[in-house]
Amino acid sequence: MTTATDPPKASFQLSQLIYDTRYRSYTFQFIALVLLMLLIGYLGANLVTNLAEQGQNIAFGFLAEPAGYDINQRPIEYDSQSSHLRASFVGVLNTLIVAVLGCLTATLFGVTAGILRLSPNWLVRKLMAGYVEAFRNVPVLIWILIIFTIMTAVLPAPSAFRGDNPDSSMLFGAFAFTNRGIYIPAPIWGGGSIVVVLTFLASIAGVFYYRRYATKLLYDTGKLLPMGWPSLVIFFVPTILIYFIMGQPISLDYPALKGFNFGGGIHIRGSLIALWFALAIYTGAFIAENVRAGIQAVSKGQTEAAASLGLRPRRIMNLVILPQALRVIIPPLISQYLNLTKNSSLAIAVGYMDVTGTLGGITLNQTGRAIECVLLLMLFYLAISLAISAVMNVYNNAIKLKER
Amino acid sequence: MAQEHFAFVRSHMLPEAPPPAAERGAIKWLRENLFSSAANSLLTVVSLYVVIQIVISAAPWFLNGVWDSPSLTACRDILDGNMGGCFAVLTERWNQLLFGFKYPSELYWRPGLAFILLFVAGAPLLFYKLFPSKMLIFTGLYPFIAYWLIWGGSILVPVFALLGVLLGVYVYKRTVAASAGMAVIAGFVAALIFWILSGFITAPMENVLAIEAVPSRDMGGFMINLMLGVVCVSLSVPFGIVLALGRQSSMPIIKWICVVFIEFIRGVPLITLLFVANVVLAYFLPPGTSFDLILRVIIMITMFASAYIAEVIRGGLAALPRGQYEAADSLGLDYAQAMQLIILPQALKISIPGIVNVAVGLFKDTTLVSVISMFDIVGMIRGPILASAEWNGVYWELFGFAALLFFVTCYGISQYSQWLERQLQTDHR
Repeated sequence: MTTATDPPKASFQLSQLIYDTRYRSYTFQFIALVLLMLLIGYLGANLVTNLAEQGQNIAFGFLAEPAGYDINQRPIEYDSQSSHLRASFVGVLNTLIVAVLGCLTATLFGVTAGILRLSPNWLVRKLMAGYVEAFRNVPVLIWILIIFTIMTAVLPAPSAFRGDNPDSSMLFGAFAFTNRGIYIPAPIWGGGSIVVVLTFLASIAGVFYYRRYATKLLYDTGKLLPMGWPSLVIFFVPTILIYFIMGQPISLDYPALKGFNFGGGIHIRGSLIALWFALAIYTGAFIAENVRAGIQAVSKGQTEAAASLGLRPRRIMNLVILPQALRVIIPPLISQYLNLTKNSSLAIAVGYMDVTGTLGGITLNQTGRAIECVLLLMLFYLAISLAISAVMNVYNNAIKLKER
Repeated sequence: MAQEHFAFVRSHMLPEAPPPAAERGAIKWLRENLFSSAANSLLTVVSLYVVIQIVISAAPWFLNGVWDSPSLTACRDILDGNMGGCFAVLTERWNQLLFGFKYPSELYWRPGLAFILLFVAGAPLLFYKLFPSKMLIFTGLYPFIAYWLIWGGSILVPVFALLGVLLGVYVYKRTVAASAGMAVIAGFVAALIFWILSGFITAPMENVLAIEAVPSRDMGGFMINLMLGVVCVSLSVPFGIVLALGRQSSMPIIKWICVVFIEFIRGVPLITLLFVANVVLAYFLPPGTSFDLILRVIIMITMFASAYIAEVIRGGLAALPRGQYEAADSLGLDYAQAMQLIILPQALKISIPGIVNVAVGLFKDTTLVSVISMFDIVGMIRGPILASAEWNGVYWELFGFAALLFFVTCYGISQYSQWLERQLQTDHR
């Protein structure tokens, strides 16, 4: 607030610190700062006294000591002799794994449900509304526990797959759903497989290049090249050709019963599946609402204007509606990703060893260094949040409507 | 004769024919909404199939449900191999699910009464047009009554707490003319000093007008979720307003204190804050103070919710046209008046949907306290009930019940907020 005041006639008086709007804000800020300092000093003094009383200190040396516990999902080399720091790092990787998987799946669910909520089909609309309301209004922790229960209590034990006439059988002979997790085939990278992978990456780049070339040609000369089937051809054909030319270097390792459990393949634990799907379905319900709101935010006049220009419905969607809708959809979408990442800390409820489970769980309990562990945990999540907000700000500035 | 050859002239109107069968009534609706194209028809059939499958497989589970049996094995005997839910766990453990397993059973009426009074207290706030505004006095007294009912003990504690609040408000009113920000701090400090001093009076007079006291650790079940939800939401709205105004302030120090607080809280998951409440907060309190876990959790969740509500309200403040601020200035209103009379009523109105979203999210997040081994409804289900010999293995009935409770509450709140939005809509579109 700016208020015009007459220049001071008398000399400065102490009461002006309270009654003069020019100085009052300084007084107020000074008082607030002093109070804050007092509060911090009070808390700090308590901390020092409490630590001294219990003979503790604040030190991060414990991070180098051997952790002494096992982690069942290890993206990097880790055993119980590794340090607490490495255990935390494994936890961080596990957090990122479930966050990335969850974000991808949630986007898939959310975009599908959001578009279907606008479908002309009454039944589909109502079903999707049911999905969104059911998942938005029930705590994600309950969904995690429900899916975890399905994974552990409903699916058959590996022994049910045994024998000539087993109770359960593998899906397509390749996927085994057991109460110890899901087993899926693992790729075996033989010699020369690098060539196949490189070809695949190159063909993805090729698709993008072709589409850009076709668009440029359209804008420059008005000549329209087909987009759909050439993209598919560029995407699939070279990779498949190279795959057979190189003599099928990539094969699959199928899971099979070995002893009391399945061996081979990739083992996805029930805790990961529960966390991943619960987070994805839950966040998907929120994303569906964002997508729907974004599409509805584009005014009807835009559709009509595009139609009156003679654009076909498909083009109207791609060239007029979506670019404007995305501007509305993407910022809340990114904050949903952020929420999902933060909610992944609920892993501790199902025993998934993310960073909350390792650093904030077992390490904290074993070393008793609560302050250090919780501080590091908070800093990790804070770093992720700030990084994502920074990305969002850059994006928002890039797409900001340039008007006036 | 040629003259008798008239062209056809309609002498009276034909009665209006109804539209063709395909263009009216149920058939038209079906054609437009379910079978408008081949793809749509396919979609309809598939969805119908899914719905029917779900109903067929779930119906016997509900219809054969057993509502009266002492344990899971007895329930399975009654079912005799048929599919059916053992809802008996809900009737048998009803009180545990609602009140936890340690709350004295002869005192269940007290939280029950507090729950009913919650509606009496909430009604004049939520439906302010239908109830006389005098009922708001009861709303103001409700927190203290509810505290006394749930925790018990001497009535002096809530009375002195109320007096402290009144003193704080009085100090605020007296000093607000000088500076709004300082008045907030002054009122706060006055109330705090009063509470600390009143501790010396209430401590030796524990038995004055006392009803049986129940310690916090004996509380559990859905009661905890409701308590945390109601307390933290109602506390976090005023804090959120202060934080949002602070963040908009032109005073750099105030602004940065608020920004750092808000961004820090919003950047970390609630679970880490609950860890702080559980294991870290004790280090920052004077040695020897044993702070109630529920109180610690309330502090942390309130901080968490305040930061989110502050951001919602900041959005509302930013959405107001600049002219509103300037108009208030030009009328000669000072900061507190401008905020109270012009800015906040409009900004809060815009923020209602956002605030309700935060409230619903917060209420759902109260289940997280089960992670720090408090026995809220999820904690009760996962702990004492599923671990008991009688009910080990009854997952769906219990989780379904918890999900249903939350669904009913949260869906109700969001429907209310949509209704309120329509009520408050003043622009004619």
